Amino acid sequence: MFLKKVALVSAMALMGGQAFAACEISARVNIVGNEFAAIQAVGAGAQECTGAEVNTNLTANHNEINLEGMSGNPSEYTSAIVANSSIVKLMNDDVIRPLDDLVAKHGGGLTKGQLITIDGKVMAVAFMANAQHLMYRKDILEQAGVDVPTTYEEMLDAAKSIREQGILENPVGGAYAAGWNLGQEFNNIFLGYGGSFFKPGTAEPNVNTEAGVNALNLMKALTEYMNPDFLTHDSNATNAEYRAGNVALLNMWGSRASQQITTEGVLEEVVNGHAIAAPMTVGGGTTPASTLWWDGWTVGKGISDEEAEATFVALTHGIRPEMLNEETSPLAVWLIDGYQPTEASQGVFAAAQMSTPPYPMLPFMGLMHSALGNELADFLQGKESAEQALADVEAAYIAAAKEKGFLE
Amino acid sequence: MRHKTFLWFFLPTGLAMLLFIALPIVSVVIQSIFAPHEAVLIEVENCTPLVGCTTDTSIDQEATRELREAKPLGRFVGLDIYLDRGHLAITELKENWATSETWGGFWDRLFNLPLYRALAFTLTFTFVVTPLTLVLGLVIALAVNSLHRHLKGLMIFFSLLPMIVTPLIGSMILFWMIDSRGIIGSALIGLAGDPDFSLKASTGLMWVALMVYGLWHAAPFAFVVFYAGLQTLPTDQLEAAQIDGATRWQQVKYVIVPHLMPLVTFVALIQLMDNFKVFEPIVGFSASAHATSLSWFIFNDLGGETRQLSSASATSVITIIGVAILLSPVLVRTWRDFKGAR
Repeated sequence: MFLKKVALVSAMALMGGQAFAACEISARVNIVGNEFAAIQAVGAGAQECTGAEVNTNLTANHNEINLEGMSGNPSEYTSAIVANSSIVKLMNDDVIRPLDDLVAKHGGGLTKGQLITIDGKVMAVAFMANAQHLMYRKDILEQAGVDVPTTYEEMLDAAKSIREQGILENPVGGAYAAGWNLGQEFNNIFLGYGGSFFKPGTAEPNVNTEAGVNALNLMKALTEYMNPDFLTHDSNATNAEYRAGNVALLNMWGSRASQQITTEGVLEEVVNGHAIAAPMTVGGGTTPASTLWWDGWTVGKGISDEEAEATFVALTHGIRPEMLNEETSPLAVWLIDGYQPTEASQGVFAAAQMSTPPYPMLPFMGLMHSALGNELADFLQGKESAEQALADVEAAYIAAAKEKGFLE
Repeated sequence: MRHKTFLWFFLPTGLAMLLFIALPIVSVVIQSIFAPHEAVLIEVENCTPLVGCTTDTSIDQEATRELREAKPLGRFVGLDIYLDRGHLAITELKENWATSETWGGFWDRLFNLPLYRALAFTLTFTFVVTPLTLVLGLVIALAVNSLHRHLKGLMIFFSLLPMIVTPLIGSMILFWMIDSRGIIGSALIGLAGDPDFSLKASTGLMWVALMVYGLWHAAPFAFVVFYAGLQTLPTDQLEAAQIDGATRWQQVKYVIVPHLMPLVTFVALIQLMDNFKVFEPIVGFSASAHATSLSWFIFNDLGGETRQLSSASATSVITIIGVAILLSPVLVRTWRDFKGAR
């Protein structure tokens, strides 16, 4: 089913390419990136170019290969498709080039909002936005007689009602798998409580604070309404629980919204009851407990100028306005000119309107995220206090940051 | 064989070992005593879609490049990485020792440090799974050996299946079975009579599941080695024992096991080494909240958004030292046998 869809998307993109602009390049292009439908559509668009070879390596393990693949001269890949978290690593190691001259020469079709500017230089071109937001079952909320939650506190109340009325045993879903997912859920709620990860202007950690403790206590309260295996549930497992009708409320990625009910084997009542809403706030705050993300492409530094130009032209072709059609539009919240928001995209748009904070693009954020993902599970299992867990996070982060030279 | 002859005989292997084993280890040691240069941080203005422009911290590439070109290996840190909290945690240990009033408090805080927690699991895993593997392997070997010869081939094939299955796939199959919605998981819920019963939510049960997997995966190896050994069993000794009226158990204890002893040492050696490096089931079971190992740390350091190469190298060296310590009794024994044999 999925493969068929991808094939269809590529085929339609191919036909579109022939009908609209021709794309001629004169040097090799090799793209590494994550594997999901929207990125595959962009990759397929870039591969329409003729004149030289365009290769793509789109894999869920892209983070393990993109730095090595972009290093060296000439580098294996000429472009890495990244997000605001993963561009930092490429920036830290100085393997991507500023794009200002190429934007001036070939970037006529790009809007200013697509250009990721760091220190005044365009370093990436974004093509889609993403955010986590609420997904829920309207039939179950109606049956329980509760409104759609706009805050995490209301989510807890709704979960309580659903359980007490015996509709679902564990109505809340969440990607709380120890590691990256757990760290990300903490990030959301911590930011919602007004926390900031580092002391301003430094790499000193700042999570063992009131906001941190509040965030952990709320997470613990939520896990009481989750499947007891929550520490092993990543986004895929959480969505499987939702599609199987075991979960009524979850905070989930907007990029997965359109596939939530089109996947094979989804229960009929889930298809009919599925609805999405804005990200929730927490603790009386006004900023949503979520983060805003972009996905975009970069061009490598360790390649010739001809290869860089070819890469830029091919990928600009991959995200040209004409690539949007009935098949590709619902795949993502595209930042491409002429994109018409679909039903599935309203959660991400609401997140942007509510000025959801962007995921921090800081050189040391990756280390903090790893420390959070590894050290918070003890608290959620009731093995230690929130303060102790956060002190462990800071200690683990400090050791890592000293090694990487961010702290003395 | 005379030692000089042996030396010439061994030379090609020795050279290959130097090139493919010793040199990479030297390189890992070097990477573990150097860390990336101190980052030169600057404030920059970043503009991103839907958000607008914000002031953020970034790395000053020009300044960092100069540092890198001057000293490409990075900054020499000596044993700092080995001693930091992510590894041997010497400072934390001292503080814990000085401030803990009870042994319980000391252990609690010791096992809050990642390396010691990982060692607690790894050593338990190693010392539970290794002997059980030896026993189970021997039992299967004896059972298959006593079968009719037409059945043997088929049984050997089935007994070897767990070893043939890729470790990650094997552990994932078991992981799905013990899920609270899986076949074993829901059976346990029925037995426990508690709908919230979850094997994956309990550290103790997760350890048991990992060990069961370890046993399931390693037993065929012990079996196949012991089974080969049984084919060389001198029948006259066994017959003599039978004439003397030895029971089946006595035959196993006094004739078969002593005959297989060199193989037992071999399997124990390999299993100690393998079990100390336990990794695949932790990933396959998503068990990192309950159990970690040194190999898992290396994976975690290298797979993060920001890669920690020095930390991973230090953990690798600690793993090599750990394996050497574990194997030392067996190696000492082999050395004595070697000297005795001359």
